[in-house]
Amino acid sequence: MIHHHPEKAKLFVLDDERAHWHDKALWFMRVKRDRAAATVPEWEQLRTAAEGIKLHTLSRLADYLEEFERKATANGIQVHWARDGEEHNRIVHGILEKRGVKKMVKSKSMLTEECHLNPYLEARGIEVVDTDLGERIVQLAGEPPSHIVMPAIHRKKEEIGELFHEKLGTPKGLSDPTLLTERAREHLREKFLQAEAGLTGVNFGIAETGGFVVVTNEGNADMGTTLPPVHIASMGIEKVIPRLADLGVFLRLLARSATGQPVSSYTTHFHAPLPGGELHLVIVDNGRTEMLSEAHRRKALCCIRCGACLNTCPVYRRSGGYSYSYLIPGPIGSVLGPHRDLAGHASLPFASSLCGSCTDVCPVKVDLHHQLLALRQEAGEEKLLPFGKRMGMKLASFVMARPALFRAGGKVARWVLRVAPGLARVGPGAVWLRGRELPEPPAESFADLYDREMNGKPEVKP
Amino acid sequence: MAKVGLFVPCYVDQFFPRVGLATLRVLRSLGLDVEYPRDQTCCGQPMYNTGCSQEARPLAERFVRLFSGYEAVVAPSASCVAMVKLQYPELIGDTPEVRALAGRTFDLSEYLVDVVKVTRVDGEFRKKVGLHRSCHGVRELRESRSSERMDAPFDKTRQLISQLRGIELVELERADECCGFGGTFAVTEEAVSCMMGRDRIADHVRAGAEVIAGYDMSCLMHLDGLARRDGTKLPIVHVAEMLEKARLSR
Repeated sequence: MIHHHPEKAKLFVLDDERAHWHDKALWFMRVKRDRAAATVPEWEQLRTAAEGIKLHTLSRLADYLEEFERKATANGIQVHWARDGEEHNRIVHGILEKRGVKKMVKSKSMLTEECHLNPYLEARGIEVVDTDLGERIVQLAGEPPSHIVMPAIHRKKEEIGELFHEKLGTPKGLSDPTLLTERAREHLREKFLQAEAGLTGVNFGIAETGGFVVVTNEGNADMGTTLPPVHIASMGIEKVIPRLADLGVFLRLLARSATGQPVSSYTTHFHAPLPGGELHLVIVDNGRTEMLSEAHRRKALCCIRCGACLNTCPVYRRSGGYSYSYLIPGPIGSVLGPHRDLAGHASLPFASSLCGSCTDVCPVKVDLHHQLLALRQEAGEEKLLPFGKRMGMKLASFVMARPALFRAGGKVARWVLRVAPGLARVGPGAVWLRGRELPEPPAESFADLYDREMNGKPEVKP
Repeated sequence: MAKVGLFVPCYVDQFFPRVGLATLRVLRSLGLDVEYPRDQTCCGQPMYNTGCSQEARPLAERFVRLFSGYEAVVAPSASCVAMVKLQYPELIGDTPEVRALAGRTFDLSEYLVDVVKVTRVDGEFRKKVGLHRSCHGVRELRESRSSERMDAPFDKTRQLISQLRGIELVELERADECCGFGGTFAVTEEAVSCMMGRDRIADHVRAGAEVIAGYDMSCLMHLDGLARRDGTKLPIVHVAEMLEKARLSR
């Protein structure tokens, strides 16, 4: 069965208390973001600059990637290219296998989620431990992340206490966040010490220097790359920026947009392997070039994965990350998922009221809600709309193209609704009426009132 | 031909004729020559937002035919205006005619403030009012600064109605969060849509609003439908109705 957003969302909404808790938790992030953004007088100029840098880079992506590769290689970084997720996984596994690595720690990387790296490595006998606290929580629970920045945002602290009791041996009933975090810290410390390799994502690759930047709040990427001798970094091709000077534009936007912090706790620049160690960079396409080749989709590649569009989305907040069929939820996921496979994610472009809050909050000005609207047209052209919807719109269009029919039909419909309101419970009216009333149908339409008004006759109350 | 073409969206024509009438009266009170092209029906937004471009296109084309002769086209509905202004060029081609019409089509508040340049509103509305800022007015037409943006604040609708004597505009916790109507979204995503609407109503109630005012009847219809179902006493009013008896001057 095709994963259908409205059905999952309905289940989420059914638990009213939890849905409101989720909504408030994420709205709080939006409020924090607003406060942080308001402290930067040039916020809107920064957004425009960030958008410009990204669009410029995308317009000559191949050149910047080659420059990046040249400089990185000269720095002693071993650069690998992966066409798709499968090739990425093969390369990572090859590096680990060659060095006999059995235990790897990993910091946050949506790209490795996209490539399904963990199951690939686990199937080949390698232990992969996610070291971001939220990531570790969902990994222990056997779940995918429900948010791209706060992977376990759907979990209440009591549930995490329960999970830790079961998996990490904390006392039953313990739900104090500080104590739970202490336990996670001890547990992860062991994993860091045992690890023979560390994998990180990449927030920005800098063509000019051949270095790259990883941003975290927990320092787990630093721990995971300074202790083990092998560091592998996985990076999507769209993560490259031209110059070091461009970085500041993005760093000022990223943390403020993501969590309302002026800057993340750790912003680490990697330029070369540790003495005696190895630094591998796997640069992944996995469908990005195809997105780049189409003008109307290109802008989605500007995304810096801050998660602000999720936090602000009134639908995401009230339906949760697992209601979306793509691994990245919320507005950006509803764009990226269908860009890859529209038929497989056909309900996602419609999982939005098109309010546009995502577009306005986006630090790089991705036109998210207009992309969703464009994807709806594609879904229509590819006959992916439900039969009822398609027929309903065909009928409505037929009527609306004929003013006399519209006027007569409207008159009859209003009359029917007045004398037999129960009939509204048939057809699309039934869904509307589940939780709402219909407006009271008036005896006269505006066209009727207009004639009287212009002829100077007094208005007759219906 | 008349100077102002009155665009009364299909559902306003059928369900909220009073709002159309109030709009007509506000415009005529300013001495404007207003005409309602009788053959108008629907701008095509429901079809377009559902992904049915093919069904929306003939409606957009006939809209352009009907309204191209006017100096300005004014409607009491931000969302339908946004369809004409922002989506028509994409839908039926970015021709000079379409672009010109898009540039001349306005929601009532923006027409009054930006084109007529109404600065004074002499009237009365003795109530505590919660202003529902509909998304397409905020983030497509830019009738007020969206809460996401950090540039200088402004609000064209508020600028008009705040001058009414006795009005008290209450402060909402979430100034411009979506009500969840969203066209066919209201039916396709019924559960989320209703929750969004109830949350909006609760925000207005907490703020002490006695009435919800707005410039888009579709949002107000959804909110009113929820409030009536739940027995919440929170009537709706369109900005045009609030301004109908006021004297507007430049």
